[in-house]
Amino acid sequence: MFKKTLALLLVSLMIVTLALSGCSKPATETGSQAGGADASAGDVIKVGWMGSLTGDQAVWGQCELDTIKMLFEEINAKGGVLGGKKLEVIGYDTKGDPQEAVNVAKRLTGQDKVVAILGPNASGSAIPIAPVLEEAKVPDIATVATNPKVTVLDGKVKPYNFRVCFIDPYQGAVAAGYGYDVLGFRKAAILYDVADDYSQGLTEFFEEFFTTKGGTIVAKEAFKFGDVDFRPQLSKIKDANPEVLFLPVFFKEAALIANQARELGITAPLMGGDGLPSEQLFTMAKDAVQGTYIVNHVDYDDPEVQDLKSRYKNKYGKELELNGYLAHDAVVLLVDAIERAGSADSVKITEALETADVKGVTGRIKIGKDTHNPEGKEAAIVKIEGDKYVFQQKYSAKLD
Amino acid sequence: MDLNYITGILTLAGINLMAVLGLSLLTGFTGMFSFGHAGFMAIGGYTSAMMTVKFGLPFIPALLIGGLVAALVSSVIGKLTLNLKGDYFCIATLGFGEAIRLILDNVQYFGGARGWPGIPHHTNLLNVVIINIVAIFILANIVRSKHGRNMIAVREEELASQIVGINVFRYKLISLMISAAYAGIAGGLMAHYMTFLQPKMFSLTKSTELTIIVIFGGLGSISGSVLGALVLTSLPEILRAFSNWRLVIYGLAVVIIMITRPSGLMGGYELTPSSMKTLYTRMKNKNKGLPNQMEGGKTI
Repeated sequence: MFKKTLALLLVSLMIVTLALSGCSKPATETGSQAGGADASAGDVIKVGWMGSLTGDQAVWGQCELDTIKMLFEEINAKGGVLGGKKLEVIGYDTKGDPQEAVNVAKRLTGQDKVVAILGPNASGSAIPIAPVLEEAKVPDIATVATNPKVTVLDGKVKPYNFRVCFIDPYQGAVAAGYGYDVLGFRKAAILYDVADDYSQGLTEFFEEFFTTKGGTIVAKEAFKFGDVDFRPQLSKIKDANPEVLFLPVFFKEAALIANQARELGITAPLMGGDGLPSEQLFTMAKDAVQGTYIVNHVDYDDPEVQDLKSRYKNKYGKELELNGYLAHDAVVLLVDAIERAGSADSVKITEALETADVKGVTGRIKIGKDTHNPEGKEAAIVKIEGDKYVFQQKYSAKLD
Repeated sequence: MDLNYITGILTLAGINLMAVLGLSLLTGFTGMFSFGHAGFMAIGGYTSAMMTVKFGLPFIPALLIGGLVAALVSSVIGKLTLNLKGDYFCIATLGFGEAIRLILDNVQYFGGARGWPGIPHHTNLLNVVIINIVAIFILANIVRSKHGRNMIAVREEELASQIVGINVFRYKLISLMISAAYAGIAGGLMAHYMTFLQPKMFSLTKSTELTIIVIFGGLGSISGSVLGALVLTSLPEILRAFSNWRLVIYGLAVVIIMITRPSGLMGGYELTPSSMKTLYTRMKNKNKGLPNQMEGGKTI
């Protein structure tokens, strides 16, 4: 009898859950608490967000969502957009899983009826949502999805996909160009994650541009996501005696690799892409990463950047991660498009996005009509000195 | 609730169901656990996508080829590993699944770890439902045939069935091949639903998810698998209202259901017209204090 009661209880719990989720408003955050409550449905413009709130990239996803919430609150406090309409963000977790991303895109466009979507940060999630966006005619502005195929496929631009970051070939070209031309490196070694899309892309393009310039890749070693011991690969790299070790990986692996490389006596400086900058890097491997060069989206010393950083820190008591800056620029781009479109109609916003030319904290964002990428955006080269990312110079590379 | 959103979830549930049905034959009816079925899904997915994208084949033949290739690969794997008993086979499949994923990570022809975009969109709710009905029909007939009974005998007592003259190895192999074919077709459906394939989609988590659905629905029950796939695929989406606590609640729900119903939702029973009739008569007679058979479940 006990079992039966429990089973009954369980069933009723599930029904309640179903009913709750069916009727209740999804977990949303209205930009301004007071304003959001006052505003009637017609005065609220809903914007979707998707990204990882769970899983190994949750730090960045949470930061993106928090940044967007903060900016929407600020915009709403200043009177909103389109002469008084409030912005509201509806954010859902994708776990970094393409399948979940498709579900979220369907939910945001179908059920929540958002006018535009911000994010996701992962290319693997940004690519499969394209058909959903096309069907619903809702634009998406990806934050850090750097795979070229997010916006352009087989030479054709995807009508509803945009992004605010530069792309992998560009990042690879900048790293190779800066390393070869400015720092004078001729022999490079690469240690990359074979099971990661970002890592594979960056490796390919770095190798391509570095060798065309005349440099040689003396060692190219791979590891698999989840590995924590890199000594076998590093020993081989040490034997090859490179002048620079290129790490197209994320900060967690980079920190472990840096520590083990120094242990093994590799003194060559490290170099990495936009997966590296994180406050976590210093807590994990402060001494080992000194002198590391990073191709970054943002120059941390820029006054505007400082302003955003302190606003975020005041509100959440945490350091702003890299994704936050790009989320900021995605918001700037979207708000500009809404204002220029003169309405909260998603098709009109898409048209406005195609001709957008705004200034964000990561640089000028001029959307190319045929690529939907920010054209000619300069990368910021930063160098780790102490516990700071010291800005070196803006650097732009030409693709072929 | 928006229709497009619900259709999407149901399509996904249908795709999962296809893989689960195959796994149900292997785990539920033949008694072998596999943690590598995502690998077969990956093989089927990439093969059928290759057929439609590179060779321009129509959707259905491409799916069938995907399933066939997955079955062929499974026969090779099966020949090598099916003599392993119990846990050892399980570990071998685990290794196989991961190996497939890592190989695909390195095959640049298919886009490597960065994935393969631009696969045509063919999968919709209608064809998923039709394919699933056909699949259930075939599976139900296999299970009720002589071969199906032999598989159940292998599940119940391997040694005894060997003694009565059942070729245990052969039936295990057949079961594995059929289940791999189902998983392969599911992979093909997935490829043409997502229009994008990435090896990351076929990780160990996916294999575990499939096995969980089979156990959750009830080992040795096709209707249990159907119910399990529907419930467990839609549950994370239903729980979106809980935002960050979603996956915790999802986990809790699964744990609680497994504690209260250790033999799964259906516990080895089938939902057929005749069983529904029996249930109805029993409900009518329940005041007479008859012991409820549904309560006890079935030991596997």
